[in-house]
Order: sequence, then C-alpha cells, then structure tokens
Amino acid sequence: MHLAYPVVLSALLFCTGLYGVLARRNAILVLMSVELMLNAVNLNLVAFDVWLSKAAEETLRSGQALTLFTITIAAAEIGIGLAIVLAVHRNRGTADIDRLRDTAERPERSEKAEASA
Amino acid sequence: MSPTAAVALAATYQHPALAAVETRGFLSPAGVEIAFLLVGLVTLGAAIVTVTTRQLVHAALWLVVALGGLAVEYLLLTAEFIAWVQVLIYVGSVVVLLLFGLMLTRAPIGRSPDADSGNRWAALTVAVAAAAALVWVVVDAFRTTWIDLDVPAAGSTRTTGESLFQNWVLPFEALSVLLLAALVGAIVLSRKAKPEPVEPKPSTPATGSAPATGSAPTTGSGPTIGSAPTIGSAPAPAPAPAEAPAAPAAADAPDPSEGGVR
Repeated sequence: MHLAYPVVLSALLFCTGLYGVLARRNAILVLMSVELMLNAVNLNLVAFDVWLSKAAEETLRSGQALTLFTITIAAAEIGIGLAIVLAVHRNRGTADIDRLRDTAERPERSEKAEASA
Repeated sequence: MSPTAAVALAATYQHPALAAVETRGFLSPAGVEIAFLLVGLVTLGAAIVTVTTRQLVHAALWLVVALGGLAVEYLLLTAEFIAWVQVLIYVGSVVVLLLFGLMLTRAPIGRSPDADSGNRWAALTVAVAAAAALVWVVVDAFRTTWIDLDVPAAGSTRTTGESLFQNWVLPFEALSVLLLAALVGAIVLSRKAKPEPVEPKPSTPATGSAPATGSAPTTGSGPTIGSAPTIGSAPAPAPAPAEAPAAPAAADAPDPSEGGVR
C-alpha cells in the first residue's frame, strides 16, 4: 500500500478536527474535535509503525505502543474535560466557550463597565 | 542552452520517481488500497459532518461512524489489536461519555442555531490552509514510499503484547497511575458540593464581626471547586452578604445576570 493513503487521510482528519476546535461554540463539540485530532495522530503512528515493521526489533514497535498510550491518555482527557465542562455548566449555566470570558483582558472590560455606567 | 539543460535535468530527476511509481502500479491500485480509499472517504465525510452539523447529538453519532471507520483502517493496516482497542475505548466509552455530557449540559434536541461561533470563516481558512500545506508536504515527502503488507501481521495481539510488556513496561505502569489520577480528578471535579451544608455553619457565628465574614469565604475557597458551586447555587442568603463586601463591584456584576439566565 502506498504510504500516502493513510498519511493524507490522517492530515485531512487532523485539519477537520482543527476546524472543529476553532469554529465550534459548545465545549463538548470542541472535545469531539479534539478526539478527531488525536485519532488522526493515532492513524499516523500506526501507518509509520507498519511501514517500519521490517525494523521492528530496532524501533521496539514504538508506533503501536505509543498509539495505545495515546488512546489511554485520550480517555483520561475526555473524562477530565467532561468533568470540567459539567462543573462550568453547573456554576455558570452555560457551556458556550464564547461566554466564558472571565480571563479576558482587563481594559476592554473596564471600558464596557464605564460605558454601561 | 541553459533552459534545455534544466529541462533535461528535470527530466532525468523526475524519471526515477515516475519509474518507481509505475513499477508499483500507482494507477492500478491493489484491492486493499481501494478498500482503504473507500473507508477513508466515509471516515472523512463522517468527520466533516461531525464538525459542521448543527444538531449536537447527531455530531456525537457521526463521530461513532468516523471512529469506527478509523478502526477499519487499522484493520486494513494489519494493526488488529489497536483496531479492537479503538472500538472498545472510543466507540464504546468515549462517545458514550460525550453523549452523557451532552445530556447533562441540557443540549437542545434538534437544530441549535448557535452551534458555530462567529469566527467559522477564519477557522475554515486556517483549516484549509493547514490541510493544503500538510497534504502537499506529505505527498511530496512519501511519494515513493510503500508499505509492505504481505509480511505476517505487524500488530497482532501477540506481538503487541510482547513489545508492550518487554520494552514498554515502565510507561505502561506509569500510565495506569495517570489513569488513576484522572479518575480521582474527575470524581473530585464532578462531585456535588458536599461541604455546602457545612459552609453556612462557620458563617452564621461569623456574621457578628465583619472581618470574620471576610475570612470565612477565603477558607472555603481553598478547594476552588468546593466554593464555586456555593456561588452558583446559592439559595441561602448567608453566603450572599458575605461575598458582597469581599468581592468588588466588577466581580459582583456578572453573578446576578447569570443567576437570571438560568
């Protein structure tokens, strides 16, 4: 199999996830897009591991081992991320990323406060 | 004279690559390549629908299609164990977790018009530029690289397990500790505010003196998660006057508006 097939698919999936992270407003949809990006990286790792399978003794099968580690870390990440999103939703009543602007720059906010006052 | 030399040089430069491509039959792909291409198209289409649909639950369900398609791609790349781990963890647990998250954040059923933020065109520009650059670089780099899939399976459970428990034991065990930490962290984060009935008790004797009310919320805010739910879900009148002198007017302004929204 030509190596370009899995690698190009992985690049396109990564960019799809990138678009989702940048364009989505709901935090859970952003987490889904992060999952897409992580899966693209996994596909890359598996493809290169299979490509180098002749040298499996030298590379310690690092591609597949790292893929398993990435899947595990992604599971941990989605658990923690969902817990954070739920805590934010419980406290603030929204999970929209656009509205969580507490750490925005100060001068803009003081101007708004002055304008409203 | 020099342009013809350049053309001749280009011809001699490109010829080996084209010859290598033609010997492997680039225009007559093997069956596994066709299968990979078709499943890849399905996967990519499902991923694009996932990031563009306006129905939140449908996004999670299309994510199942995308992740399942990736599992099939792993099988086609002879990585069997990873394929089943993908099905087990991603399709089995991650998507279910995401659906639970959508349910608990009261995601609207049906089309939600504000699923995309205002900067989606900038995001589209960035994504298309990144895709073009990555695909160009990758295709140019691996134009003559081929995967030999005829060798015995590179990712069977036996070989994966041997490599994992011979060469990667220490990262494996460290990862289990990380999973435990993530588990404990998720439980701590998602726990309902148990200290909430405990919190008014120090505030009720502390109402007598003004500096004591200032000190009571600061001790409560040591675990920041524990103190935050008391702000959002504060039906009790006791924390509200305690915060009013402590917090400045700028921090006090957002709170009533959010209390009014939900």
